Amino acid sequence: MANNPGLKSLRLGLWIAIGVLAVGTGLAALLLPRVSAEPVEAYGAGDYTLVDHDGLSVTQATFASGKPSLVFFGFTHCPEVCPTTLYEMATWLEALGPEGNDLNAFFVTVDPERDTPEMLKAYVTAPTDRVTGVTGEKAEIDKIVSAWHVHAERVALENGDYTMDHTASVFLVGPQGEFQGTIAYREASDTALGKIRNLLAKS
Amino acid sequence: MKKIIIRAVMALFAVLYLFIHFAPRAHAHEGIDHSGETAQHDILVLGDIEIANAFARATLPNAPVGGGFMTITNTGAEDDRLIGAAADVAGDAQIHEMALDGDIMKMRALEDGIALPAGETVTLAPGGLHIMFMGIEQPFVEGECVEVRLTFEKAGEVGFCMPVAAVAANGADHSSHGSH
Repeated sequence: MANNPGLKSLRLGLWIAIGVLAVGTGLAALLLPRVSAEPVEAYGAGDYTLVDHDGLSVTQATFASGKPSLVFFGFTHCPEVCPTTLYEMATWLEALGPEGNDLNAFFVTVDPERDTPEMLKAYVTAPTDRVTGVTGEKAEIDKIVSAWHVHAERVALENGDYTMDHTASVFLVGPQGEFQGTIAYREASDTALGKIRNLLAKS
Repeated sequence: MKKIIIRAVMALFAVLYLFIHFAPRAHAHEGIDHSGETAQHDILVLGDIEIANAFARATLPNAPVGGGFMTITNTGAEDDRLIGAAADVAGDAQIHEMALDGDIMKMRALEDGIALPAGETVTLAPGGLHIMFMGIEQPFVEGECVEVRLTFEKAGEVGFCMPVAAVAANGADHSSHGSH
């Protein structure tokens, strides 16, 4: 987590992004007639404005940035699924190595009232520096939850506290935000990696 | 008057604590031979109740909750029930069950606790039954342990230090991931 490797991989990531954009633009020009004949609606299409764990704006465009993404909806008061999934995302990204440099990964909270950007940052960056925490106003989180067809429901606990029932799968999203499938909770890591490699190959 | 009551209560707790802390250990050796395969060092015996493979998962920074897991065997002839849990490091500890409903993870507090039928083993494991520690003051750190107290309807109360395994551990044996 030293500064240098982070910067290095950021720089590398940016160069790759530029490369991908260049190739992507070329391909898009070639494929444009077909694409416009059969428009692909981005999966999480909706008018939401959120913030990432550094306070930067996150909108639908963030998930259609030209890079494929892994997107998980969770919360920090989550005893098991969220830390496990975050940890598994970290191991997938580690296993992919440079192959996965082009992959974005997001942890979107379904509990924005308790998950501030600062809280999320320490939480999501503990197992990996590759996952971005996303939170925002409750009304905006409600919009993204509905746009992504995610289930998120507040459940009261006996001590006045509450927990959330929530979709436990990781979404695989193409470079233009197109839905490419999910990874189930605790899916075998080989299967999960296979799905991610597929996503990268298609992107 | 008030002081005397407080002192009496404190003394009572101290005695209870000592009893709970040492009584199970004294019994521990008697219970081990009963099932050959789990001749492990940390089987805890409280009357007819045996607790084995207890572990908590390490928590991420800012996560105010943690999960505790174990297997509980009722070796007696009478049904028992796990009815309560507490931990020094947590504001509250509850008995919970989670289950995947399609791809939705649902979690519920089990207000009646967990039934422990005579002669059976019940497993508290990731993805299912667990002790949920809430309002934890500091992260659970792998390799450390957290003081936990469990209350059974018939067997009474037991306290022990639950080892903390990795964030995504499936067992007390430090095997953290990809083990399935």
